[in-house]
Order: sequence, then structure tokens, then C-alpha cells
Amino acid sequence: MSVDVGLPPAPPPAPPKAQKAVVRPGDRIFFGASVGAGITILIVLAGVALFLFIEAWPAITADSSELPNQESLVKYIAPLAFGTVLGATIAVIIAAPMAIAIALYITHYAPPRLAGVLGLAIDLLAAVPSIVYGLWGIFVLAPHSVALSRWLEGNLGFLPFFDGPPSATGRTMLVVGIVLAVMILPVITAVSREVFKQTPQLHQEAALALGATRWEMIRMTVLPFGRSGVISGAMLGLGRALGETMAVAIVLSTADVVSFDLISSQNSGTIAANIALDFPESSGVKVNALIASGLVLFAITLAVNMVARAIINRRREFSGAN
Amino acid sequence: MAKRIDVDQLNIYYKDFLAVEDVSMNIEARSVTAFIGPSGCGKSTLLRSLNRMHEVIPGARVEGKVVIDGQDLYAPNVDPVGVRRSVGMVFQKPNPFPTMSIRENVAAGLKLNGTKLRKATIDELVERSLVGANLWNEVKDRLDKPGAGLSGGQQQRLCIARAIAVQPDVLLMDEPCSALDPISTLAVEELISELRQNYTIVIVTHNMQQAARVSDRCAFFNIAGTGKPGKLIEMGPTQKIFSTPSVKATEDYISGRFG
Repeated sequence: MSVDVGLPPAPPPAPPKAQKAVVRPGDRIFFGASVGAGITILIVLAGVALFLFIEAWPAITADSSELPNQESLVKYIAPLAFGTVLGATIAVIIAAPMAIAIALYITHYAPPRLAGVLGLAIDLLAAVPSIVYGLWGIFVLAPHSVALSRWLEGNLGFLPFFDGPPSATGRTMLVVGIVLAVMILPVITAVSREVFKQTPQLHQEAALALGATRWEMIRMTVLPFGRSGVISGAMLGLGRALGETMAVAIVLSTADVVSFDLISSQNSGTIAANIALDFPESSGVKVNALIASGLVLFAITLAVNMVARAIINRRREFSGAN
Repeated sequence: MAKRIDVDQLNIYYKDFLAVEDVSMNIEARSVTAFIGPSGCGKSTLLRSLNRMHEVIPGARVEGKVVIDGQDLYAPNVDPVGVRRSVGMVFQKPNPFPTMSIRENVAAGLKLNGTKLRKATIDELVERSLVGANLWNEVKDRLDKPGAGLSGGQQQRLCIARAIAVQPDVLLMDEPCSALDPISTLAVEELISELRQNYTIVIVTHNMQQAARVSDRCAFFNIAGTGKPGKLIEMGPTQKIFSTPSVKATEDYISGRFG
């Protein structure tokens, strides 16, 4: 196809110059805008990373006596990083299967009107501010969790997670995990619902015509098709759970420990909640130490997202997106 | 294998809209029956009601009888899942499962409804089905590659292999060649001629030459106008329909004077 649409017939050019494509102003503006937006993201990200690194540096090089725990920075951040990952992992383990089930119900089982109402209700969950979840966690969920914690200790106490002794207040890692799960449920559900809805009718009918039951059809077509989308949704949720501050700060009773025990009153704190709680009372190198912990959170989030990408890419040729 | 189908006074609806009115016909075993007629005359709708795929669409329903081997498909105690297992279907656009390899695609139907087969049995059935679909030689070295990576014609033959792997009694084909180039079309048509030995085949096609080439018997459908139901106009041996049809509309359609 030729590209010289709308040009008057040019006089025969003497030296054969490189032919110039027509440049339209609309294309140019859009090109500039999208490139600009892409670069801005990179600049902001680099800026944040740079800020964290520069501000964390004094803590990294500081004498151990100046640090918050008067020992070492690694020993200060490690329990916090552990608590952050533990709480967020519990949240995703609880929320992801539920979100998938809800999304499947909305897209493939519910009558259309109920599906609409349910979708709206899920979206509303996302609009509730996190402090409300925190208050709900400490006033409602925590007291009610005490009985559950006792039961878990009594019946599953051989697992390191339910070693006990159970907290009397219910301000445990388990409750934090549940609160975070409720918070990230909407985003995982919304993403899953979108991808499940887009499963081609053609493939669903192919499965049904082979004699698949509805569940078999979902297992053969909808779930594999939505797999990468569900993983993305779960990672979005994980990201939110890792960074969640207020709800965790309100609920969790912390101690300087690394423990898998989910039901005791001795829990590792989380990075974000620790920064929020300690920042007002910190000065000097202690502030730098908090920012250093923020840098670790940044690195964890980055790593999580890279792993998710790797999982999605691994079976790209089977993804169905071609 | 290979059973005859008797359709008796079948009315097919989408909600309140009557799409196909009062169709009665007999489809012989081990033969190819072609449905022809202008777009919107209900050929595909009728085809889809022969394995209860019609009711997958919300609000779609059927009145009347479709009897295969003495069993009415629409009797109250009949499970549509079982019907679709014994009446296979090939669609207009090739639709291999994109998340599965070639082998998994063919084996997809074998693992349904809790069936457990040994791996050797499955491999054997996969090979036999691919050989049966004239695809084995082209894919035997890349059975673990994605099915979506094949050409359109190969994908359609893969879908046929997938459909015959479960050893159905009947094979329904809804314009199976309309998305294929002439060479792939020829390959699929040759395959249909071979499959006739073992299966009852019903094919919907818009291609008159194709109907003339592959079918033993031919059914012509027509509509009186938009919004009116489709009806079976006449049915008979393909040779007779194409040479001396008894209804004027059939002759007009076949000779290209309308539609």
C-alpha cells in the first residue's frame, strides 16, 4: 500500500531521497502524550527509589548504638519484613479462592439481576476506607476470634501456626490476615470477573458439545483462560495487603519476634504499620531506619510483581490471548 | 455407533420467537445429510437442537421430538450432558482449546465425567482419532505444542479429531469449512467422505457445490420473510434435489436465482 495519500504529484526528485511518511498532527500529539506518560511513571518510580535509598543511607552506615533497637539494622527490619509478608500471605490465601468462587458465581451461575447486585456489593467493599476495616477488626472480629483461636490451639496445636498460647484480646496475626483478606477481596474479584467474562463463547461451547458438565466446562476453558488475569488480580491484592497501614496498626499487638504462631499475642509487626506508629516519636537516625524499612517494603513489592510476571509469562503460548 | 435420527414435529424457540416451525425428517445412519438454505432459515438452530446445544442460549427451548435409536432426546429424564457425549459437534470457526496442547485437545473429551483411562489407552485413542481426522502425519512430532498454533484447516481437523475421540454416534457440522481456504476445505471434505463409513453426519453448508459433493441426502430450508419461522421445504437424495427438485423455491435457490 502506498502512503502518499492526499499529496499532489511531486516533481521528479533529482537525488533519490529517503521517502518521508506523512506525519499527521493527531498521531504526533498522541505519540507524545503516551510516551510522556510512560516516561513519567519511570521517573516517579526512580525518584521514589532514589529518595528511599538516600534517606536510608544514614541508617545503613550508622553506629549500632544509634539504631532503634541499638543492635543492627538487619535485626530491626527482619521481623517487620517477616510480619508484612506473613500477614499479606494469609490474606491472599483466604481471599483468592473466595474471590475466584465469587467471580465464577457472578459470571456463570447467578441469574443476571442477582449478578449485577452482587457485583455492586463487592465493588462497595472496595470503597470502604481502611480505618473502618481496622475498627471492625479490633471491635468485632478480634473478640470473636478468641474462641476460634482456642479451638485451633486445642485441635491443630501441633502445627507451628497454632502453637499458642492464644491471645486473650484477639489482636493476632490471624485477625490481621482476615481483615486484610476482606480488604483485598474486591480487587481480586473484580479482575477475575472481568477475565472470566471474556472467555470466548466458542471455547465454552466446544467444551459443552464434548459432553462436559458446567463445572467441567469451567475447568477446561474459563479457569485456564482466566489464569493470568487471576494471578494479576491476586498480586494487586497482595500489593495492597503488603502496604496496608491503618488496619494493621490498629489491630495487631506486636513484639520484636519472628514467629509463625498466628494466634498468640506476640506477633511480628509489619513495615507499613510500624512506620505509621513510630514515625511521630522518632528523630535522627531512627527516622532513617524507618525509611530503610520502607526501602525493604519497596523491594519486596517489586520482587512479588516480578515473580507474578514470570508466572504469567511461563506458559504464554498457551495463554489463549493470540 | 452410527445411529439414525428421527425428528418429529419440532418447533424451536428463542424465548417467544419461533425460529423453526414444524420440522419432521428422518436422517439415515452412515450417511451424510446436508442442510441448505438462505441465512436465517434455521438450519444451524435445527442442527444445534439435535444435540441439545440449542438450550445453552438463555431463553431457548424446543417442542417436539428428536429420537435417536429409540430414545427421545427431549424426554424429561434425559441428561443433556449425555446427549452431547453421543452426538458430537464441529463448529463454524475452528475452536481448539487455546490453553491445551494438541494431545490434550484430542484427549479433552476422554477425561470428562469422571472417566479414568490409562495413559497408554489415551495415547492410543489420541493417535487413532488424529489418524481418523487425517491429521496424524502433520502433527505427530509436535503433539505437545499448542493446538492454536496450527493453521486454520489443521485446527478444524483437530476439532474433528477431538469430536470423534469420544466415539459419538452422530457428528454434527455447522458450516465446518466456511472459515477455511479451498485446499483445507478439500481436506475436510475428503475426511467427511471417509467418516461416513462409521458415523451419521449432518452438515450445514452455504456452499452448494459442497452440499452436492459430500452429501447423500439434502434438506432445503426457507423462510417466508424476516421474523417468520424457518421451515423445511423439501428433503431427498442429493442427486434428485440438485437435478429435479419438486418445489420451485428449491430450484431457484440452488441455481442461484435468490438467497
